[in-house]
Amino acid sequence: MAHAQAFVDELRLHGFDFFTGVPCSLLKGAVSILEREPADRYVSAVREDAAFGFATGAWLGGRRPALFIQNSGLGVSYNALASLLHLYRIPCLIVVSWRGYEGKDAPEHLLTGETTPGLLQLLRIPHEVLEPERLAAQVSALAARMDAERRPVACLVRPGILE
Amino acid sequence: MKRWEAIARLAPLCENALVVACNGMIGRDLWATGDRPTRFYMIGSMGLASSIGLGLALAQPRRRVVVFDGDGNVLMNLGSLANIAAARPPNFHHVILDNGAHASTGDQRTISTQVPLDEIARAAGYRAAWRASDLAGLEAAAREFFAAEGPVCLLARVEPGNQKGVPRVELEPDAIAQRFRKAATT
Repeated sequence: MAHAQAFVDELRLHGFDFFTGVPCSLLKGAVSILEREPADRYVSAVREDAAFGFATGAWLGGRRPALFIQNSGLGVSYNALASLLHLYRIPCLIVVSWRGYEGKDAPEHLLTGETTPGLLQLLRIPHEVLEPERLAAQVSALAARMDAERRPVACLVRPGILE
Repeated sequence: MKRWEAIARLAPLCENALVVACNGMIGRDLWATGDRPTRFYMIGSMGLASSIGLGLALAQPRRRVVVFDGDGNVLMNLGSLANIAAARPPNFHHVILDNGAHASTGDQRTISTQVPLDEIARAAGYRAAWRASDLAGLEAAAREFFAAEGPVCLLARVEPGNQKGVPRVELEPDAIAQRFRKAATT
């Protein structure tokens, strides 16, 4: 939870002001902080691809969006990422939990966990694996790349960091 | 009522609004009525026009947001109606051009004749929904719809089929996004 507060503070410091996504237990500390935001700043989405739509609309309206999703939601969002966010060059930070990390998880997460970094690479989404001791520098680097290249970037979150 | 006739009647009522058009023929019909920097033409990501509209309505609460959607698009992302209803943005106006068909892939039927999308919007929690099946009815409903507090839905029941020779949107997606954001925020 200490890292969750530091992480959300870092996002705010870098100007992120619109949050959406579908919760994951690995992100619950961060999401519980965001749930205290006003209703126009945190939208609990029904599905991850809809959340990418909300983020796109928010950016078009002048906001700076960040999403919090489980890695299973990346697959749900393949077409949104390919034919909306990449196509229109919508900058956003995608915080993705890493269920199935190192093959130690419930069976429904294993294949997804094994293929998550590869899927991000396939979708041409630059990403960092979040390290608590380098958290500020990582958010800073991701935000800089997101702005410079006007593209989605991702932060992959292992168990035990933002819970 | 033809889809493009309905769009041509509604477009002049959206001059001061931020407009999001779904992919397929609806965006092309809207483009054919004359382009504006305040129009976002979604060419991929079927289903997500209403979701983009919600993010936009929350980010720009003082601007009217109008989404031009189709029955195929709405059916693909029904959950978005729940998110819109829950967020209750008063500036959100959702137009559904319902021809009961996937027009851009050859008019294969959808299920919107069995599943009334205006009733779904109302049941989800939109403040009101109107349905029109001819141009006179559409104009009368549109006056109330645009004057109402959102989220509201206007369903235009239109015939399947496409206008001959309707052009594709000629702008690059990147250019559409950049000019739209500028128009929305200045």
